[in-house]
Amino acid sequence: MTAVQEPKLTTFDDNDQKPVGYGRMLRKEDPRLLRGRGRFTDDVQLPGMLHLAILRSPFAHARIVGIDTSAAEAAPGVRAVVTGAALAEQGLAWMPTLSNDVQAVLATDKVRFQGQEVAFVVADDRYQARDALELIDVEYDVLEPVVDVRKALEPDAPLIRDDLEGKTNNHCFDWETGDKDETDAVFARADVVVSTDVVYPRVHPAPMETCGAVADFDAVEGKLRLWSTTQAPHAHRTLYAIVAGLPEHKIQVIAPDIGGGFGNKVPIYPGYVCAIVASIVTGKPVKWMEDRSENLISTGFARDYIMRGEIAATRDGKILGIRTNVLADHGAFNGTAAPVKYPAGFFGVFTGSYDLEAAYCKMTAVYTNKAPGGVAYACSFRITEAVYLVERIVDTLAYELGMDPAELRLKNFIKPEQFPYTTKTGWVYDSGNYEPTMRLAMDMAGYADLRKEQEVKRANGELMGIGIAFFTEAVGAGPRKNMDILGLGMADGCELRVHPTGKAVVRLSVKTQGQGHETTFAQIVAEEIGIPPADIEVVHGDTDNTPFGLGTYGSRSTPVSGAAAALVARKVRDKAQIIASAMLEVTVADLEWEKGRFQVKGDPGKSVTIQDIAMRAHGAGDLPEGIEGGLEAQICYNPSNLTYPHGAYICVVDIDPGTAQVKVRRFIAVDDCGTRINPMIIEGQVHGGLTDGVGMALMEMIAFDEDGNCLGASLMDYLIPTSLEVPDWETGYTVTPSPHHPIGAKGVGESATVGSPPAIVNAVVDALKPFGVRHADMPLTPSRVWDAMRGQATPPI
Amino acid sequence: MQVPAPFEYERATTVDHAIGLLERLGSSARLVAGGHSLLPMMKLRLANFEYLIDINPLHEELGYIRFTGDEVRVGALTRHRELLESDELAAVFPIFRDAERVIADPVVRNRGTLGGSLCQADPSEDLSAVCTTLGASCVIRGPGGAERVVGMEEFHVGPYETAVGDDEMLIEVRVPVRPAGGSAYEKVERRAGDWAVVSAGAAVWLAGDGTVADARVGLAAVGPNTTGIPEISAALRGNAPAEELYDQAGAIAARSCDPVTDQRGSADYKRHLAHELTRRTLRKAVERARSGH
Ligand SMILES: Cc1cc2nc3c(=O)[nH]c(=O)nc-3n(C[C@H](O)[C@H](O)[C@H](O)COP(=O)(O)OP(=O)(O)OC[C@H]3O[C@@H](n4cnc5c(N)ncnc54)[C@H](O)[C@@H]3O)c2cc1C
Repeated sequence: MTAVQEPKLTTFDDNDQKPVGYGRMLRKEDPRLLRGRGRFTDDVQLPGMLHLAILRSPFAHARIVGIDTSAAEAAPGVRAVVTGAALAEQGLAWMPTLSNDVQAVLATDKVRFQGQEVAFVVADDRYQARDALELIDVEYDVLEPVVDVRKALEPDAPLIRDDLEGKTNNHCFDWETGDKDETDAVFARADVVVSTDVVYPRVHPAPMETCGAVADFDAVEGKLRLWSTTQAPHAHRTLYAIVAGLPEHKIQVIAPDIGGGFGNKVPIYPGYVCAIVASIVTGKPVKWMEDRSENLISTGFARDYIMRGEIAATRDGKILGIRTNVLADHGAFNGTAAPVKYPAGFFGVFTGSYDLEAAYCKMTAVYTNKAPGGVAYACSFRITEAVYLVERIVDTLAYELGMDPAELRLKNFIKPEQFPYTTKTGWVYDSGNYEPTMRLAMDMAGYADLRKEQEVKRANGELMGIGIAFFTEAVGAGPRKNMDILGLGMADGCELRVHPTGKAVVRLSVKTQGQGHETTFAQIVAEEIGIPPADIEVVHGDTDNTPFGLGTYGSRSTPVSGAAAALVARKVRDKAQIIASAMLEVTVADLEWEKGRFQVKGDPGKSVTIQDIAMRAHGAGDLPEGIEGGLEAQICYNPSNLTYPHGAYICVVDIDPGTAQVKVRRFIAVDDCGTRINPMIIEGQVHGGLTDGVGMALMEMIAFDEDGNCLGASLMDYLIPTSLEVPDWETGYTVTPSPHHPIGAKGVGESATVGSPPAIVNAVVDALKPFGVRHADMPLTPSRVWDAMRGQATPPI
Repeated sequence: MQVPAPFEYERATTVDHAIGLLERLGSSARLVAGGHSLLPMMKLRLANFEYLIDINPLHEELGYIRFTGDEVRVGALTRHRELLESDELAAVFPIFRDAERVIADPVVRNRGTLGGSLCQADPSEDLSAVCTTLGASCVIRGPGGAERVVGMEEFHVGPYETAVGDDEMLIEVRVPVRPAGGSAYEKVERRAGDWAVVSAGAAVWLAGDGTVADARVGLAAVGPNTTGIPEISAALRGNAPAEELYDQAGAIAARSCDPVTDQRGSADYKRHLAHELTRRTLRKAVERARSGH
């Protein structure tokens, strides 16, 4: 089904009329956040709490010759100074990454990227801790760094990972997908083949709140409480149990309010482990809060893919195949946070939204002397890179064929009747109806008129560009049999308890970082059991008080935990129906559900509300045979497939021919994320993601100089966009529900971040068509656009 | 949170109190005005000073824009925001408002000062380029109330270096007012609030016959300091304003500047911008001079 109408939704403009279920409603968490009553990790104050600061490497690659901590130890307020050597004695100098590699907690032998953790100081306050860092004397023997990823595999390249036994080069992994021979054959017989080198530069999620933790180890109880900036509290708890050897039931991970994550807060960082060690060593609570520069230089970056994209087609524009070769820069440790069997994340969806005959990808990942990471910044496990690649090369094909890029896409879309559609790389797209989404975007944009305007402008020497991107995402990992993180299956638990007075509490394993879970999940439950969202408390982010699950990233919360919430509510409703049948003295089959109440079929006057039932369930009276008291349920939801949201984005840019500055004039985003729970929250997610896209397309990049110094260590150097760089977003939607999701919802948290960069780059390249430009890499800063105008576009790295 | 190294802090109550403290504490002390250049450097520990002398209490005394007829006198503690909002200033020198619109963001503009901007002597500082364009001079005060006045050319000694001595303070900037003038400022930045990739200011004074009586161009971010280019003034003087003339001036600007390639852009691009922005600002300055702004 595709429609531009909201399905069975009630729309409310304010919270006075609260919807029972789906619909536009203000976010329940916002009063707290807007009034400064949010409680973030750095707000946690415990009696006797100490402060931890980390000494980081100034070099990208250097051998540690010696560390003298004596002056720091003698500094005022200092309680402990810990080096890698000291951690090594406890077997804690190294820890596993989420990708089956290891990463140094504190460097023992070598430092492998600028900003790597070398030692830490614990002191009475954070100033003393920071000041004492200056007194630690580290002697380094500076080594040649590997900065240029293209040279990482050269035979004489310096060896970065000499800690790994038998390692003789900087090779990290190889990965391939699709059928090479079949693809080569398709390319051999194609009329047209276009090949383009495309770089997705290293960028950083740069959440407003940096990473940090407060560790409180109680030696008497043997219990560790850890407040930390984590998107995946349960996964972290299990990993701490494995790394630190603490029994899992003695670890409580609490993720309080989080000021933005975007995947930056999925990995376990050395700082968290240091805080835990520090609390154990000192017997006091210890806080570690990294500063902005530390966040930018050392925590999970995103992208850093160098891609060759080849597309084969017939002369009349039928796309036959896509072939791609990727060189992936994974930094010094493979810290990618992706399901274990997917070292390249979900890059396999690089076939996009098109019905192809063949596709093949070969990827080589390497180590370099840069910070680890790779899956972050709302990337849906590398779908950002995949969508960017395919949408960029489809445009190069349109250029080559002299065909309108919208027309080319429309001609090649997977057709509605082909769903579920298995791609040539093995992904099963659950549902989709692409053409109406594309047509709606074109209508909203006034596409034909824009092209006419462009023609007139071009004749006057003005530079106007129209860029299109159409994406299909794959979000909501598991299923657990294919997808796990270090052996933990990607399925989510959920508990729902209805109190005697008919109010409810729902407990989730996922953790919001701004996505509005406290509202969306209350609405999902409300829709199913008819209790208003205001009467449903959402509890999350505390492992002692929520069921197990893998956390929030990859747009998986609504596809996985959202399904869990709907199903657990249905379970409660089923029990409520049995109790209602006793209350109304009819059989279960004689009852029908009318949101919020069960009524007797054919006699709607005879009914009981969910609140009446809740009281009865907890009351002193009899319950039907075999029914226990209480009204609650618990489930663990294992998704049968990913969900595949899609969208059509159109961007209009104007470029100043004299200064080469790009102005995004309009941006039309039509998203299809299946059933829409709270349209306002969806729009918020889309607005944020589009802004991210403007950032990546036009200004963001973590660059390094030839010595491996990070050139993006502050927000003066690493630019993120402001409201002045973005237009008024024009959003629209179609609705193609997911057939396997209990409420038909698909994830939307990352759609716009995935879909917008290619739309913007395509628009810029389109504007530069009079100069014969076929491709220009991000970030399209004025200087780089000017280079492109003169036929001198260069890759950013 | 980025934390600076330890320092001691004192609030100055008068200009002479501030200078007295500077005299006593020497080079280990720094004045702090808006703090928007100094404090970020201290937080990143790129700069460490033992003493900070807060001159914000002197805002009453040094926060002003006065018109004497042949001069505009601006106190060193006048904030960006005050420069932006002054209609009188914009009427005489629209270049100030042009520039202030593209300097930083409201939070920075609420605190940052003219004096701090000039004394920071960052080669990308917009107000330095404005003052260079307008041929401003700086009043520097030292111990015992001694005052000296230096032109912008002598004021900036090198990047991050000025003519202000360790025990001196900039107290006022004087901008000469001449008849039939117009001025304008343009900046190319990668993002709102970012420092200039390149910016240019132009001021033009027209003679009765419509030719250029005098003209000045100041550029930022294309050399060790914001630079006024005498050759441009010479080329413009006595000529009738025209596109070819602006182009010629732009070519001189491109040739005379000395940009470096960095994250903001390549040296070639910056040279190109010097040309382009010189042209644009001259054009606008002439339009404004003609229309009486
Ligand atoms: C995010 C951000 C963006 C910015 N963007 C821009 C921009 O786009 N363009 C731009 O031009 N600027 C920009 N700035 C700088 C801003 O304009 C500063 O306010 C200005 O550079 C310094 O003014 P201040 O009063 O804050 O000086 P302070 O930081 O207080 O002082 C700077 C230096 O001048 C000295 N000093 C200050 N006053 C005096 C005085 N009266 N006599 C002698 N010495 C003195 C101080 O000792 C110090 O060494 C930006 C700053 C920030 C934080």
